[in-house]
Amino acid sequence: MPLTRSSIIKRIMFVSLILFIILIIVILAALAIGSTSTGIKPVYQAFFAHEDADAMTSAIILHLRLPRALLAALVGAALSLGGLVFQAILRNPLAEPYILGISGGSAIGAILGILMGMSRFPGVSLLSFTGGIIILFLIVIISSGHSILKKDSLLLAGVMVNSFCSAVIMFLISMTQDSRLHNIMFWLMGDLSLADINQTGILAAILFPCFILIFLLSNSMNILLLGKEMALTMGISVKAITLTLLITTSLMVSATVSNCGLVGFVGLVIPHILRLGLGSDHRVLVPACILGGGAYMVICDLMARTLPEQGEMPAGVITAMIGAPLFILLLKKSKA
Amino acid sequence: MTSAIKIKNLDYYYDNYHVLKNIDFTVQKGDFFIIIGPNGSGKTTLIKIIAGIFKQQKGNIFVFDKSLKSYSRKKLAKKIALVPQMVSADFPFTVMELVLMGRSPYLGLLGLDKQEDLKIAKQALFFTGVEELMNRRMDHLSGGERQRILIAKAICQETEIILLDEPTAALDLAHQIRIMDLMEQLQQKKNVTIIMISHDINLAAMYGNRLLLLDNGKIASIGSPADVLTFKNLEKTYGCKVLIDKNPVGQYPRVNLVPQKFIKESK
Repeated sequence: MPLTRSSIIKRIMFVSLILFIILIIVILAALAIGSTSTGIKPVYQAFFAHEDADAMTSAIILHLRLPRALLAALVGAALSLGGLVFQAILRNPLAEPYILGISGGSAIGAILGILMGMSRFPGVSLLSFTGGIIILFLIVIISSGHSILKKDSLLLAGVMVNSFCSAVIMFLISMTQDSRLHNIMFWLMGDLSLADINQTGILAAILFPCFILIFLLSNSMNILLLGKEMALTMGISVKAITLTLLITTSLMVSATVSNCGLVGFVGLVIPHILRLGLGSDHRVLVPACILGGGAYMVICDLMARTLPEQGEMPAGVITAMIGAPLFILLLKKSKA
Repeated sequence: MTSAIKIKNLDYYYDNYHVLKNIDFTVQKGDFFIIIGPNGSGKTTLIKIIAGIFKQQKGNIFVFDKSLKSYSRKKLAKKIALVPQMVSADFPFTVMELVLMGRSPYLGLLGLDKQEDLKIAKQALFFTGVEELMNRRMDHLSGGERQRILIAKAICQETEIILLDEPTAALDLAHQIRIMDLMEQLQQKKNVTIIMISHDINLAAMYGNRLLLLDNGKIASIGSPADVLTFKNLEKTYGCKVLIDKNPVGQYPRVNLVPQKFIKESK
């Protein structure tokens, strides 16, 4: 029986433990693999046996690869969870922060911040959050009509908002001619190569409270999926909970975007795969998305920096190459 | 007798459209109360106001003699459960997961269920005869099965009042009778007050002990099936002629539609 009190907790623990182990393995792989040295031994030495370690290799592992792997894990966790929440609230399995244009809105805010010469935190992050929230409410207003075509019109609205955001970003870039340009370019495809440990720490400090809050509301999300009216008659304050979830999620997404730019489709791929395997109970899905999304992003970033023979490509290229075809597949399935 | 729902001078507007006009009635505890009326007469609006989905504008509603406004959402969810016409299956829960959600008004934020909640959920599934579907997914079931599971969820919510919005609308004959029988058992064995919207006047006549006929937002008639289902009432509300006789089984009033070709010009 899967559903006694102890067993729902057991299930959450079991799924989380498995995914946590996977995440750790993947992070170790990300620490071990790279252009200078490959192998787990230098990783062990860098952490536990400083006297045997090669100083250069240790520095690469601790100061380049570690912050980057941790940043990737946080970004993947936040984007997956963002997708999961949007899918639940908009009751649309195709909703995702990037597809809906929330990421684009955050990026515009962030770019404006950089052009105005603000520091990354709090200036750029705050503007990025504002941009995300504005797009979010635009999307919610567009999608709250009583149209039968709601599902498709929501996606279309997202695509349009996204194109608009891209145009604004391009406009901003073409108006600038100085060195800040390089800073802005990396927003476009999502890039984790600028990770440093302080920045990762600040992001973690923003994201962890959001994760906890969303987990606490996970059972309410289950009930929200039965429809607004059912949820109301089952004792759920629909408005308050929806608003809390939307704002929390936008905060997560914009904090992520202001750190690593536009990484698309993670919020589509991970919740979808996990839902296939684990069912629809969000009390299980929320922790699973955090850990599984983290692991997925670490792998994507590892691929981004090891696949090209020279240099590297933005991580967003990998996520889009995996995510976009899956999106089309899902769209086709949902029409059938 | 105590009243389950008492409504006093209720008015409701959508923008400038006057949907409910001076509604005034009482549902007694243990009633099988059925609301009938033409499309657009305000049936669904009325039931949504009672369910606390639509905010009251004018008038007063009392649930067990306490003002509806004095109930918190959670408290109201322990008194009134709703069975909708259908529920989306975009996010497929298993039957057991869905029925257990009925316990949420009694549980904490995370809805962690105890052994006792599981027992109540199983009993509800057994009562509605769908216990063998327990581990199936909602989106793999037929309309009739889903409807019974939604009723099981409402039973699991352990409320004294259950509201139903046309629960038989999309079902075939066998399932219609099954759902109605089930609601009657619930009313008689568990003393649950049933308030139901029905588009089927004959089902209403067979099961309801009190009927409310709504006409354009006003109460056209209220009382026993025999009082409400008269030629005059129905002709006036629905705007068509009907033939009323007695159902040979159980002597309920039976409303027959009459095709235009059999109606002689009276002039």
